Amino acid sequence: MTTRPWAWAAASVVTLAVALGPLVGSGAHAEERLVPAAAEPEEAGRQLFVTGCSSCHGLDGRGTDRGPTLENSGAASAYYYLSTGRMPLADDTQPTRKEPSYSAEEIDQLTAYVASLGDGPPLPEVDPSHGDLATGGVLYRANCAGCHSAAGVGGALSYGGYAPSISKSEPEQIAAAVRVGPGEMPVFGPEAFDDEELESLVRYVRFLQDAPTPGGGRLGGAGAIPEGFVGWLFGMAGCIAATVWIGAKRAGRGTA
Amino acid sequence: MSKRPSRIARTGSWLDSRLGLARVARTSLRKVFPDHWSFLLGEVALYSFVVLLLTGIYLTFFFKPSQAETVYHGSYAALDGVTMTRAYRSAVELSFDVRAGLVMRQMHHWAAIVFVAAMVVHLARVFFTGAFRRPRELNWMVGVTLLLLGIGNGFTGYSLLDDQLSGTGLRIAYSIVLSIPLIGTWITSLLFGGEFPGPDIIERFYVLHILLVPAIIIGMLALHLTMVVHQKHTQFRGPGRREDNVVGERIWPTYAVKASGLFFLTTGILAALGGLAQINPIWIYGPFEPSEVSAASQPDWYIGWLEGALRVMPAWELRAFGFELPNPFFAGVLLPSLTFGLLYLWPFLEARRTGDRDVHHLLDRPRDKPMRTALGVATIAFYAVLFFAGGSDVLATEFHLSFNQLTWSLRVALFLVPILAGLVAHRLCRDLAARDAEPPHDPPDPPARGHDRDAAASSDVESALVLDEPEEELEPVAWPPPASVLRSGPPSAKPLPP
Repeated sequence: MTTRPWAWAAASVVTLAVALGPLVGSGAHAEERLVPAAAEPEEAGRQLFVTGCSSCHGLDGRGTDRGPTLENSGAASAYYYLSTGRMPLADDTQPTRKEPSYSAEEIDQLTAYVASLGDGPPLPEVDPSHGDLATGGVLYRANCAGCHSAAGVGGALSYGGYAPSISKSEPEQIAAAVRVGPGEMPVFGPEAFDDEELESLVRYVRFLQDAPTPGGGRLGGAGAIPEGFVGWLFGMAGCIAATVWIGAKRAGRGTA
Repeated sequence: MSKRPSRIARTGSWLDSRLGLARVARTSLRKVFPDHWSFLLGEVALYSFVVLLLTGIYLTFFFKPSQAETVYHGSYAALDGVTMTRAYRSAVELSFDVRAGLVMRQMHHWAAIVFVAAMVVHLARVFFTGAFRRPRELNWMVGVTLLLLGIGNGFTGYSLLDDQLSGTGLRIAYSIVLSIPLIGTWITSLLFGGEFPGPDIIERFYVLHILLVPAIIIGMLALHLTMVVHQKHTQFRGPGRREDNVVGERIWPTYAVKASGLFFLTTGILAALGGLAQINPIWIYGPFEPSEVSAASQPDWYIGWLEGALRVMPAWELRAFGFELPNPFFAGVLLPSLTFGLLYLWPFLEARRTGDRDVHHLLDRPRDKPMRTALGVATIAFYAVLFFAGGSDVLATEFHLSFNQLTWSLRVALFLVPILAGLVAHRLCRDLAARDAEPPHDPPDPPARGHDRDAAASSDVESALVLDEPEEELEPVAWPPPASVLRSGPPSAKPLPP
């Protein structure tokens, strides 16, 4: 092992940056960190992994009989599951979206570690504003609406499975899910959507999340079933109330 | 004061001397309509239909029933540059670029939902009170025809827009018609102009939807109402009410005011829904592509029971002698045929079972006919379970249930729930009837409620309560009616105010 002067210089800069980082960023959080500050993100991620994930996925991330191997999951998969709170699992049903258990920095570290295990898909970089809204709509209706529904409210799959609502997904999460295909979702690789189409798709999903609702209240977005209930419970019931009210009126009552 | 009659009076007598309207008007305006809120339910359907006609006329000014392809460049950016049919494009433009187009579309759709709902509620009222019995069997059948036409026109209506949801519905309809043995293929070709989606279906549905079926509905409505006028309306049992009279309010002025009040309330409710509650957002569903289908695709509620039947029907098919009964036949053809067949025949089936072929103008209370009531409740429960089955995927998603287990539960519920509902209804009827038969322990009108009673009595005196005697000139009868009339009332009648 030979001594390289530039390595020492780089290490000093990193150390300085890490030491000064808390002064610039949120100092309180940095103090609670379990991982040595100077560690590489992968190493920090590995230590988090050993503490929080290895009981199912194995100490080396190659899986156990309780959890699958993450060898080729890649950064996209790790980021999707951790940032949507689906991992760590809450129970043994289908992973559900919840508040993430790790901070953004910890997620980056874990993502870096999982990515280093094999050659899974990298985290796609998307800028929805580059996408074309109408193209995204065509792609969404052709490829996604079958399970997530045209309005994005989600839908039922067989044996208790379901395609979740996409109403809260962030752009990176949408893009990662498309590339990874979590659970029963198909994998849509670059041969299905190129990066430009992916940006259009993400843009349309973001549009659906807070699309204007001309014509009044959205009634849950699940189509004719809620419409039927509103039609009966407000429309028909209102008309029946009107008949009861008018039917009870007698000529002469209330007049002098 | 001028001795010459006023201009209006002169115009009136000029018209009368040529058309003879005065006598017709006098008789019809003096007709008596019995007084019960449930007799107004059919009117809600009528007024919804008026709203349908008015909003529908507006929509025809802008809608283009064409399957020719075009590219959209309108104000809804999320569809900009997308290829679609002119029908769908004009529907999107109606929603975004035509003034008041969206509120008219939504009012039209809500009115359709309430129209069919009101017909069903009205039909239930007629069923549970036995108003379909002789001599009103034919009018019952006219009413069932109106329900059938209303459901059919609802389906053709939302199928016109050529969005993804309507195309999915048409696809199912195509398969159902195709499943009819021997003639299915012929009928689908005739209707669609070829293999699905075919070039002609939207133009054909358009003519059916805006011309043919509404014209038949108007004709049937006229027949329905003329028969009510001719046969007179039924009434509940009560003091002074006999098989050969009608006690109630005159058409003019009391009843006419009530009816127009109900018209405005119904229209107001529909307008409020049309303005406040989004319905059928076709721009979200996108243009119809035969290769696509969205999750949570359901028909409107009045088709929902058919959708549910298709979903819970096990995957059975019959093959024999080179012929096949495909699976959609059972739920899509057999079930609705049985449903409407039994509805049409019900007055005769009941008369045969009970042997009661007498003329009835006095209504039953549901509790007085426990068997009929139980059967009606069981029937409603059956179709309600089917309706929920029609949205089983939404139920599974919403309540985190297994879709497969839910389907099996619904299959069981389809038979279990109606039986239980019928038994409960039967028991309730028996208990209520038994309670009625007991002599009252207390005086029926305790002194504490004397004030209300007085108010009611005084208003009765002022009201135009009349007995519509069939063979005589109509006579207004002050309330309470003469004792001779009262004595002929049934013994179970409520004691009269003094």
